[in-house]
Amino acid sequence: MMTKTAGHGLGGFNPVSAPDYLPVPLLRDLQLARLQQIVRRAYENVGHFRKQMDARGLNPDSIKSLQDISKLPFTVKNDLRDTYPFGLFASPMGDIVRLHASSGTTGKPIVVAYTKDDVEVWTSAMMRAFAACGVGSGDIIQNAYGYGLFTGGLGAHYGGEALGATVIPISGGNTDRQIMVMKDFGVTAIACTPSYFLHLLERASELGVDFHDLRVRVGIFGAEPWSETMRRRIEEMSGIKAYDIYGLSEIVGPGVGIECSCQCGLHIFEDHFYPEIIDPVTNAPCAEGEEGELVLTTLSKQAMPMIRYRTRDITSFVEGPCACGRTLRRIKRIGRRADDMFIIRGVNVFPSQIESALLAVEGTLPHYQIVLTREKGLDQMEVQVEVTAEVFSDRIGALEALHTKLESELEHTLGIRAEVRLVEPHAIQRSEGKAKRVIDKRNLG
Amino acid sequence: MKIHQLSLFLENKPGQLTAPCRELADAGIDIRTLSLADTQQFGILRLIVSDWKRGYELLRDKGYVVKDTEVVAIEVPDRPGGLLEVLKVFEKSAVNIEYMYAFTFGRGDKAVLIFRFDDPDAAIALLNSAGINVVGSVEVYNR
Repeated sequence: MMTKTAGHGLGGFNPVSAPDYLPVPLLRDLQLARLQQIVRRAYENVGHFRKQMDARGLNPDSIKSLQDISKLPFTVKNDLRDTYPFGLFASPMGDIVRLHASSGTTGKPIVVAYTKDDVEVWTSAMMRAFAACGVGSGDIIQNAYGYGLFTGGLGAHYGGEALGATVIPISGGNTDRQIMVMKDFGVTAIACTPSYFLHLLERASELGVDFHDLRVRVGIFGAEPWSETMRRRIEEMSGIKAYDIYGLSEIVGPGVGIECSCQCGLHIFEDHFYPEIIDPVTNAPCAEGEEGELVLTTLSKQAMPMIRYRTRDITSFVEGPCACGRTLRRIKRIGRRADDMFIIRGVNVFPSQIESALLAVEGTLPHYQIVLTREKGLDQMEVQVEVTAEVFSDRIGALEALHTKLESELEHTLGIRAEVRLVEPHAIQRSEGKAKRVIDKRNLG
Repeated sequence: MKIHQLSLFLENKPGQLTAPCRELADAGIDIRTLSLADTQQFGILRLIVSDWKRGYELLRDKGYVVKDTEVVAIEVPDRPGGLLEVLKVFEKSAVNIEYMYAFTFGRGDKAVLIFRFDDPDAAIALLNSAGINVVGSVEVYNR
């Protein structure tokens, strides 16, 4: 077996990480100065924002301290839809060098814009993200995030290149080629969604390729919620270190936050993205450590400043300083998105809870899908789980025991009954980007 | 003498049996005998094939969950009480029969029973000492 040696980036301090270690008072001063500038910029250039400020009797001079941010109006996803396509831009098109758009699974997509400086800020954030998980010059990054309107591909690409790493712009899909490239090019780091990485692992094993024999040592996984159990499973199965990266197009794309080598919370690059956590119902700030909705303000983005953007992501601040020495605040990994939540028989359920329950059973793999139906006015939840070689038995009794175990684990976690259906491998469609976990058939008649 | 049985996970829905059987047929692998155990949701197809190694690799590479299990084949006279003689061997032993199924070679008055024991080695020792004929792999795979 080949030893997984670190690239040049690991071990020494990487100069691009310098802003991660700013003394806190300095960081707060910087944030306030940038907040005042960005509020002024938005007020003067974005009609939607000015109207909302005026309605509250606010003007750019109302921001005297960082705490004053709570006076500002929120921005929600619908604001981006209502002003489609360019209504929230604060720069003339002549200054805008890039447009991206969301996948827009429901209705119109949302469009985001970048000036040259914005691309640079984004690039520096992604450089710092890679550096935080030990990737640097000398590393070969296989970038399997989709290239195109989605921010994942280009965001990771620019960051990796600027860092001096070698970037393979393979984009998503063509799994067999991904595995060939990984092996033949001696890839040391991979960036993709966690569900796609699982698919890569599965396919590699079918092709007789053991990840432990490859040079890949780091995975940068994001764009969808995944659980801590899933991380451990991925690390065991592949021998790599799996890091969670956070980002969203509305703010910048990937690179809003990342885990460091401590893997205990994601540092937010808060010199550019100011985080708040609020109670999603009362809108009041949450106490330290209390769970709530993450709200982000872009502190330096020119083309499209986002003021108090409601991410719908549920998290909490991790208390205390991080062992890595970064002064950037940390948030807990996003296990839940308010948008992913569904209500069944009056109970709130998040797909990530189901994932954790399934993974609690030995040998199961997180290839699962949730199907919601309504029978005689009653909601039914079926959780389809693929049978793996590890859990399969030639004895009916053993499979039935597995089935019962999965159902009771789910009931224990969710507090309601869910029917488990064991399905054949590959019965659940593999995603090359974000996995589709929930199929809701309740409104189809 | 233990022989190799392939077990396959199948969902219980129409047409599920066809695909794996076609794979084996296309590869020229003969199914000697099979048994299907099923519940409302899923089934387990148990196969004895002419070339279990090739069959195993083929099905695994085609993406099936397939397991190789060692079972014991026993030849019994095809007459009333034939099975009973075998079962009596295990009556007072600690060996447990997980499941069994039967077929004939199409050879005179003999039937072959396939047993899945929790402890196949102990079972074979008991059968040998009782003078019961355990069928070898060559006989089962290459009729």
